[in-house]
Amino acid sequence: MTAVDARSRAAAIAMAALAGALFGAGLVISGMTQPARIAHFLDPLDGWDPSLAFVMAGAVAVYAACHAWIRRRVDRPWFDIRFHVPARADMDRQLVAGAAIFGVGWGLGGLCPGPSVVAAASGNTSAIAFVLAMLAGMYLRHRTMERDGAAAAARRHRSGA
Amino acid sequence: MLGGALIGMASALVLLAHGRIAGISGIAGGVLQRATPDRAWRLAFLGGLVAAGVVAAIAAPATIGPPVRSIGAVLVAGLLVGFGTRLGDGCTSGHGVCGLSRGSGRSLVAVVTFLTTGAITAMIAGRLS
Repeated sequence: MTAVDARSRAAAIAMAALAGALFGAGLVISGMTQPARIAHFLDPLDGWDPSLAFVMAGAVAVYAACHAWIRRRVDRPWFDIRFHVPARADMDRQLVAGAAIFGVGWGLGGLCPGPSVVAAASGNTSAIAFVLAMLAGMYLRHRTMERDGAAAAARRHRSGA
Repeated sequence: MLGGALIGMASALVLLAHGRIAGISGIAGGVLQRATPDRAWRLAFLGGLVAAGVVAAIAAPATIGPPVRSIGAVLVAGLLVGFGTRLGDGCTSGHGVCGLSRGSGRSLVAVVTFLTTGAITAMIAGRLS
């Protein structure tokens, strides 16, 4: 690794850490690390707190403007040779089933992945338990994905494709 | 709104610097999988999130709220969030913030779906507890 490579690697790491810290600060300021506020946002029959919709609207407005500018004006990202933005447009059962399962967990626990990591880092015992269970859930999905992949490969092999 | 704007700016920084979607479930899940060149920046991003949590605990502990459900329910919730976000390719950040902003149809379907099941679950769980 040359000195320039090492410097750019260090800069890439520092930039990602900065982005994570800004993201986390945004979550804390907007109240996303308070499960009671998520519960009241998702439950309109129990003193509805619509403020989280404004958090989402603010984030979407800023990101939409930046995204449009970056994709029009920037040829390649600072620390990669190209952009890795998903291009899929097809709908499948996994997308809907996965989002539905995630929603149930979000409504039940009042935490989604980002805020749960921030709250766990603050020492909140319940959030630490949530994050450990979440990592187990992710691991479970990775394992079933490998199994599905192996089964599909075996089918292709049998059919001679 | 300020918090939301910060989330949007941080996500845009990930796109500009790393060319990636700032989806927290994807970043966390990616760290669990085999070592890839992306692992370093993903770990650094998570380190930034952790730093924000540590600072919040010291400077403004009231911003980290207490749990709303029993520990058993919290564990089930975490398991569902982990499995569901990996199956459905994203969560509130990847589909919600980044996907909706890009006009992704898949993300719109995902957001409508998780808001619906989330609201139904919160309403039921709120009545039971």
